Amino acid sequence: MKNGTKLFTLKIGGEAGQGQQVAGLIFAKACSRGGLYTYDYSEYPSLIRGGLVTYQISVSEEPVFAAYNTVNLLVCLSKAAFINSKKELSDNAAVFYDGDKFKIEPGELPKIRQINLFSLPLTTIIRQAGLLPITANQVTLGAVAAVLDFDRKLLHSMIKDIFGAKGEKVVEMNIKAIEAGFDYAKNNCRIKNYTKLNTKPEKKDKVVITANEAVALGTIAAGCKFFSSYPMTPASSILHNLANWAKESGMVVKQSEDEISAIHMALGASFAGARAMTCTSGGGFALMVEGLALSAMTETPVVIAESQRPGPATGLPTWGGQEDLRFVANTGHGDFIRIVLTPGDAKEAYFLTPWAFNLAEKYQVPVIILLDKFISEGHESVADLTDKKIIINRGKLLTREQLGKIKEYKRYELTKDGVSFRALPGMAGGVHIANSDEHDEFGFSTEGFMPEIRIRQVDKRYAKLPAILKDLPKPRFYGSKKAKTTLIGWGSVKGPVLEALKSLPEGRYNFIHFTAVNPIDAAEVGKMLKGSGKLVLIESNKTGQFGDLLKQNLNVDFERKILKYSGIPFYPEELIEELSLKKATAIKIVKSKKKVKVK
Amino acid sequence: MAKAEDFKTNVKPTWCPGCGNFGLWQSYREALAELGLQPHNTAMVFDIGCCGNAANWHKLYAFHSLHGRTIPVAFAIKIANSELTVVADSGDGGGYGEGGNHFLHTCRTNIDITYIVHNNQIYGLTTGQASPTTEIGLQTKTTPQGQLDRPFHPLQVAIAQGATFVARGFTGDPMQLKNIIKEAIKHKGFSLVDILQPCITWNKLNTFTWYKQRVYKLEEQNWDAKDKEKALAKAGEWGDKIPTGIFYQEQAPSYESQLPQLKDKTLVEQGVQAQDISKFLKEFK
Repeated sequence: MKNGTKLFTLKIGGEAGQGQQVAGLIFAKACSRGGLYTYDYSEYPSLIRGGLVTYQISVSEEPVFAAYNTVNLLVCLSKAAFINSKKELSDNAAVFYDGDKFKIEPGELPKIRQINLFSLPLTTIIRQAGLLPITANQVTLGAVAAVLDFDRKLLHSMIKDIFGAKGEKVVEMNIKAIEAGFDYAKNNCRIKNYTKLNTKPEKKDKVVITANEAVALGTIAAGCKFFSSYPMTPASSILHNLANWAKESGMVVKQSEDEISAIHMALGASFAGARAMTCTSGGGFALMVEGLALSAMTETPVVIAESQRPGPATGLPTWGGQEDLRFVANTGHGDFIRIVLTPGDAKEAYFLTPWAFNLAEKYQVPVIILLDKFISEGHESVADLTDKKIIINRGKLLTREQLGKIKEYKRYELTKDGVSFRALPGMAGGVHIANSDEHDEFGFSTEGFMPEIRIRQVDKRYAKLPAILKDLPKPRFYGSKKAKTTLIGWGSVKGPVLEALKSLPEGRYNFIHFTAVNPIDAAEVGKMLKGSGKLVLIESNKTGQFGDLLKQNLNVDFERKILKYSGIPFYPEELIEELSLKKATAIKIVKSKKKVKVK
Repeated sequence: MAKAEDFKTNVKPTWCPGCGNFGLWQSYREALAELGLQPHNTAMVFDIGCCGNAANWHKLYAFHSLHGRTIPVAFAIKIANSELTVVADSGDGGGYGEGGNHFLHTCRTNIDITYIVHNNQIYGLTTGQASPTTEIGLQTKTTPQGQLDRPFHPLQVAIAQGATFVARGFTGDPMQLKNIIKEAIKHKGFSLVDILQPCITWNKLNTFTWYKQRVYKLEEQNWDAKDKEKALAKAGEWGDKIPTGIFYQEQAPSYESQLPQLKDKTLVEQGVQAQDISKFLKEFK
């Protein structure tokens, strides 16, 4: 962008119920339609009214993969929003505050920076324009557009799309609100040398989407027909979207009485022959664990999306982290294979969902798509979400004709690749027991008096491993091969790391991002790491869970571990600061103290 | 036409000689055969326990689930393939204890499945602990001073939760039991069949004779199964007299019959193809 800035960050803060997330999303889509790219992040407490809710969005002319911490424009709908965010203000930042509700004195501003403080008296503006108080958000957006020289037509178009169904009057009133905010700010809020957001004529080519929404779309694309879940933040929006689309998509979506039921329902539908899935967060997954083991023993395919939030117990319900990897990779009684996929953004989430279904059906194992709040709720502008073809592979699933040719059908037949043919209820000749007890090839229960049967079945289930390893998404390499230091991460750290790499000296770091973390293909990873220099582990947890997992499989050592477990995502600035240090220090980021200038 | 024997595998039952389960099994197989069902279009979900072990000697599509987890599995089998006859089979421990929450809420759905609960008022396979339906005062391995908890009333709970077919059978009356099971399977909605099934090894109180002396048949009393209030009161009758038969039956649309997604074909028949998502993408642009 002009004036030397590549990127602009807007933050809106206020109480819950003031609609900053809705306003933010309107702005995000307007930017996206105008040819810009956005990434947003919202912080909110687990309550419905009051408290502090913030929405921040980073905008750039090039794709942006994470929200930045440094705020260029702060809109405060409550005093708490100002107090919370003032330390994040950049030089020449602007602050709008609702002067009808509270005051911010210049003396309260951070002293080390030049800051432009403006009252935006929302009640007065609304009253003078003859509007309803509910339009306050649009007034705010209008004022934001004024200082950024942002094309209001993009906002008007968004208003028409969002409120069109409510009638022309509602559309008119909201557009009027944008104009009122715009006019006020044009006349009263002037900033020298401020960022201009240059847009192109409107084009609806990109989507503004979260990983949860992408998973929901991927679930439909994969031909999933049954989805059962119990609501839990931050996974719930997968359930909400699928429920909302159910009639049109043809999927049956059931809110179950608890998570135990949710996974057992998915298993029942899958046993009967439908593709089935469930979603939850860590606490709900704890309840699903017995079902995970049941999936493994009965070899019933199932896909589980688990969106992490900080624990243990209720933890921080509306915040984020990567604390459940060790749990999902190891939980469940007995030895069994489960696959854990870890998309790093919305696009990966979309493509990995059908991939998860294929893996589940090809290998008849449980597959977990491990997300977290940061990507589950962070909206990202994506230009080409659906640019690759979705392939369906149901593995060894028999048709009636194929089954008819089999003389003596064995559900758990010993095979070289460990996968046996599946017959579905309703098919003559395929009657069997899908058995949670250890069983023989037919499915009949066996006891320890016949250890050879037990051993053969365990070995059969593990015989799937080599093919699974080949079939998993490979770790992806970013940056120069020659870099002296390799950053290692999985899941949601992808965005902040890619952003940080934009600003770090070229060739100093490269990055390996894992979208499949269990099982680990030690040979493949070993090959990737061969010749690499020092390793730096980056994770959003206290103990470096993925680092431990890698160490179990490979002889690796990390020179540093950059670990953050505050519930807040890595900000690119923090990583830039950490990685700019000449000396290696094992600093655990809690909150960036020093401001770092983004190049 | 399948015969009762066609629903039997070659596996020899591992129940105690004289167990009430033998009679229950016989009545059940006869019911399936008389309804004209085939092993391959019948799906049955088994709990863990003496009743659950029977997955091995029932010849049909069996899912041997975990303890307490029969009905969620059965629920979704019916949704996925509504052409199947789906039966969940549990004991009083799995059905009313471990799986209590599923029982409460599946009654509300009116999904067209039949829930058979072998109720012997004791835990059998785990060698004689108190169950949710154990009588007050009964000494068991876990209640050596006598059971303090009041017994669970499955029929009353089912009626209160909206179940549309609620019945009790007794293994000492195989003919009545068979008829109840047939009616339950024919019923379009959620059917509970609680079956008094004496455990000869672990329950020395609620024996075959104990039940025999107390049971009487509702059908011999001109019982009106449509009256919900009376059914609720009758379902609480327990002591010197124990009623058996169909307590309550209501015609209401089943869960799956209300899903437009199943109107033309079952979910399984619809198959799996890569779906075009472009119409859902619009709202994100």
